[in-house]
Amino acid sequence: MKKPQGATALALLLLAITGWPACATLDQAAKLGTSMAQSRGLVTEDQTKSIVRSASAVAKTFEDITPEQEYYIGRSVGAVIVNKYKPYPNAEANDYLNLLGQTLAQASDRPETFGGYHFLILDSEEINAFAAPGGLVFVSRGMLRCCKSEDAAAAVLAHEIGHVQLRHGLQAIDKSRLTQALTTLAAEGAKTFGGKDLADLTKAFEGSIGDITSTMINNGYSRSFERQADADAVKILSRVGYDPNALIAMLEEMEKNLKAGGPDFAKTHPTPKSRIDDIESLNVRGAAFSVVSARQGRFRKALGNI
Amino acid sequence: MARLSALLAAFLALLAVSTAVGGEGRKAMSVQVKQGQVRATPSFLGKIVATLSYGDRVEALEDKNGWMKIVPPGNKAPGWMHASALTEKKIVFKAGSKEAETGASGGELALAGKGFNADVEAEFKSKHKDIDFTWIDRMEEIKAPPGKISAFLREGQLTPVQGGGK
Repeated sequence: MKKPQGATALALLLLAITGWPACATLDQAAKLGTSMAQSRGLVTEDQTKSIVRSASAVAKTFEDITPEQEYYIGRSVGAVIVNKYKPYPNAEANDYLNLLGQTLAQASDRPETFGGYHFLILDSEEINAFAAPGGLVFVSRGMLRCCKSEDAAAAVLAHEIGHVQLRHGLQAIDKSRLTQALTTLAAEGAKTFGGKDLADLTKAFEGSIGDITSTMINNGYSRSFERQADADAVKILSRVGYDPNALIAMLEEMEKNLKAGGPDFAKTHPTPKSRIDDIESLNVRGAAFSVVSARQGRFRKALGNI
Repeated sequence: MARLSALLAAFLALLAVSTAVGGEGRKAMSVQVKQGQVRATPSFLGKIVATLSYGDRVEALEDKNGWMKIVPPGNKAPGWMHASALTEKKIVFKAGSKEAETGASGGELALAGKGFNADVEAEFKSKHKDIDFTWIDRMEEIKAPPGKISAFLREGQLTPVQGGGK
């Protein structure tokens, strides 16, 4: 008899696992699936053991961070940002930004997060914007001054929503730190925390907040993360009916205002020109960018004097 | 004898019913957000018919463009929730329960309040007294109600997104 390929055995095994009723645990399903595969001579006993082991071992990556934990990480990341940049406490401007941002978030691929999407203007001349994990988004006055229309402001927020839904912030956490924290959790998961566990977790938490804020404030994400966030922004803008070309218009305006070597977007982001090139490769540049008067009126009223 | 077969028939009928309920197309899911709104239609502009809490178990009946038709706990009238508010994992609150011990390593349980939680945040705050959370708490209070969002879309000649994403 021809020996089946490993991939076939795995596929059969996966089928056995996924076809199992939801009331059984994955462990049981893996055991049953592998014993079935083993009895048919598809896998050896050693392979069986290893498959069962890997099905029970939880992969320790950012993907294992639950939305609830993401929420707590995001709150502290946000707190660090607000303390560095100071809020711009203008209720009308912030309410408008939240109405716009929450409308856009509903059109994203991940409209619901543990604590929801919330937006705040930072009282800073720097051209900058940050998205803390879970949906707390911060935009500086300097950044909003680069927006000449509601569509352009929507483009900035949609880009940040893109970072949230793609969980870019969480991916900045050092892998070994995460492995350690999540392993402690898996071992201690079923028990209540003692004082030492809390101290260990708080240390891992502090480290994670440091990893994320230093990436966002000092180093910036990779060009590929920025490209992904821009692509998501284009998708969100199109779904709601905003002109995706506004993202390009905003980047062009930003290019005029950025100072080389400045402590802001110029340092942490690819050049606007290279982002425009990336966005243009998505073929969004079609009809000329047009301004809808009703949008322009409310945009000017809320953010005209920013 | 007739009595026995009647009993058997009743038992089989019961078995058939329970299989149908737990069978194809229906699956148990948990609310994975702090507050999950159940809507009358699969849209964020749909009327809110119920609000569920983190960890509530629902039964998913169908999936329509990223919206799940669900039956809330207590077998209440079905409604729609966006898939991003739900998880297939069971969210366990009580640490040390039998389920948590046997299932935690299978990756199909999420232990609520475990890991980076309110206690860890409190510990973080006590170590960093200079970091003020006032504006974070204030930010979280800013919520645009559905009525305001639909007016915002209408006035701006924008498109209400029915699917709310994928």
